[in-house]
Amino acid sequence: MQALLEAFRAALVSLLANRLRSVLTTLGIVIGTASVIAVVSLVQGFSESIKQQLAGLGGSTLTLEAVNTNENILFGKINRITFEDLETLRYRVPGVAAVAPVMIVQTPNISYRDRTVTSEVRASTADYAPVYGRFPVKGRFIASADDQGRRRVAVIGNELVEELNLPDDPLGEYIRIGSEWFRIIGVMEKQGDLLGFSLDNYVVIPFDVGRAINGNQLRPFMQVSFTIDDVDQVDAVRDRAKRAIQTARAGTADDDTFRIQAADSVVKQFEEITRTTTAVVGGVVGISLLVGGIGIMNIMLVSVTERTREIGVLKALGATRRDILVQFLLEAALLALLGGLIGIAIGWGAGALIASLIPGFPPAAVPIWVILGAAGFSALVGVVFGIMPASKAAGLDPIEALRYE
Amino acid sequence: MIAMRGITKRYVMGDQEVRALDGVDVDIKRNEYVALIGASGSGKSTLMNLLGCLDTPTSGSYLLNGRDTATLDDTELARVRNREIGFVFQSFHLLPRMSVLDNVAQPLVYRGTPRGERLKRARESLDRVGLGNRLSHRPNQLSGGQRQRVAVARALVGEPSILLADEPTGNLDTRTSAEIMALFDALHGQGQTVIVVTHEPDIAAHCRRTVRMSDGRIVEDRSNADRVTEHA
Ligand SMILES: Nc1ncnc2c1ncn2[C@@H]1O[C@H](COP(=O)(O)OP(=O)(O)O)[C@@H](O)[C@H]1O
Ligand SMILES: [Mg+2]
Repeated sequence: MQALLEAFRAALVSLLANRLRSVLTTLGIVIGTASVIAVVSLVQGFSESIKQQLAGLGGSTLTLEAVNTNENILFGKINRITFEDLETLRYRVPGVAAVAPVMIVQTPNISYRDRTVTSEVRASTADYAPVYGRFPVKGRFIASADDQGRRRVAVIGNELVEELNLPDDPLGEYIRIGSEWFRIIGVMEKQGDLLGFSLDNYVVIPFDVGRAINGNQLRPFMQVSFTIDDVDQVDAVRDRAKRAIQTARAGTADDDTFRIQAADSVVKQFEEITRTTTAVVGGVVGISLLVGGIGIMNIMLVSVTERTREIGVLKALGATRRDILVQFLLEAALLALLGGLIGIAIGWGAGALIASLIPGFPPAAVPIWVILGAAGFSALVGVVFGIMPASKAAGLDPIEALRYE
Repeated sequence: MIAMRGITKRYVMGDQEVRALDGVDVDIKRNEYVALIGASGSGKSTLMNLLGCLDTPTSGSYLLNGRDTATLDDTELARVRNREIGFVFQSFHLLPRMSVLDNVAQPLVYRGTPRGERLKRARESLDRVGLGNRLSHRPNQLSGGQRQRVAVARALVGEPSILLADEPTGNLDTRTSAEIMALFDALHGQGQTVIVVTHEPDIAAHCRRTVRMSDGRIVEDRSNADRVTEHA
């Protein structure tokens, strides 16, 4: 330990003696680490913000949706989730708790006084709020009675208050959706935006009202999210639901026309994308770090030659091969680490700058493991590429080294 | 303390063989003060390097403090240099990036001495050579004589059994040379074993014993006090 500390001191002294050269030498490592950190911070920031958007949709929420391949869409043979599927899920699958169907209503024009905007109109039930974990900040959500009574009421996304130029307290105001008038009973909590798109530009109306508006459109676009009684039973309930729907459809549809997945599987998909991107970037930049390592090896070889006499002196004073080896290895590692740290700082700054320059891009985030990894890896590069120069130094013959001019 | 028998050192250069040492027998006892003299190329430095375990002989045996150096490996030889030998070179060989104090303390690094203790002993050693007030200077801020004093302090810091100096005054003027030799005289007076390589008779005259070399052999070995020739 004491010996290592000494070697560390010696390495530091020697690096400080050649400050400018030390910094220039590490340029390859600086650039390499800076690019990793910048890219990773952007990717991580991106995935963090997606995860936050999807937070609240835990592992106990499952979503039933139709699966359509490109071919299906091309030939107009589009698979959909039907009202029968909804009934099946509601009444024939034990373990299912709240069921919230969401049907898109095909009348996107919404007006208030002389303002008209386009928005997404979702028809759903009272279960929407608990299942999606989204609640109103003003007023109340749609109740079962609204559904049964086919009441023309609407809960609006936060963004619409401003878009439609509604009063600060819009409860009780009437908006027109398509050709029908709806009374506002609630305003939903703010979700923010994802990639520059607002997540608060929507209206929720009672499910049966939406069904009536869609009218003759027998097979509207619909997906059904549902919670389950016991979180540990997720897989069992999912299988049961799948079989029940297949049975109910009685062979009219294959099981690859729909799927049931956990809401957090979307998060998992994003994590997968993030991981892949990070790995690819890591690989590419790893190569640039190797180039940086060769730069370090080069300068260390020069340094060993320059200091041949000094090494001879140290050996005469009693330094063993190992002492010399450790000193030069540490010097190379320290040099690379220095480059790594400068690179981390630059990359961090660059990531934050880029994120702030692109409108709507989430803020960059640098996880601690990336910083530690980058620092550790650059030090490792130093050690690996320091081995050759260091063993050259350690193997010098003391007498020849002392006589070296 | 030192017992060399039949020591040879040969260098092969191309198809030529150089016999730098050609059968050297020599014994040196504790607290001797020996001058190793001879013409340039006679093998003085080669012998010095063997005595200091910086190099190994082609043949012959060398017992240092009762230990056969032929049995020692690289690391053990480094250890011997560190503990038993103090080197002083003609061109000082100080470490340019370190302060005087750190230069002197350097040999103790390889013994694992803690830094505080190291610096304390380095200071004491610098006091011994009369440089107690130049601790934080760099070597290039000192005169030649001062640099050589630092080198002597460094050689002494580990309390070696032998002080080996190869032409220690070769780069110094007459007055500074005399100062350095006075320092060696004093060290010898304190019980230190000193071996000085030189080709200057003035310098050799400081020592108690003179060993003359020629063509890799010892041709004369006499005590300066009684000037009796022991070898032919
Ligand atoms: N590394 C070496 N390779 C070849 N010849 C050498 C080497 N070292 C010393 N010699 C030769 O050995 C002889 C003795 O050299 P040295 O011991 O340096 O003499 P001195 O110190 O007495 O001037 C010289 O002829 C020198 O050329
Ligand atoms: Mg010589």
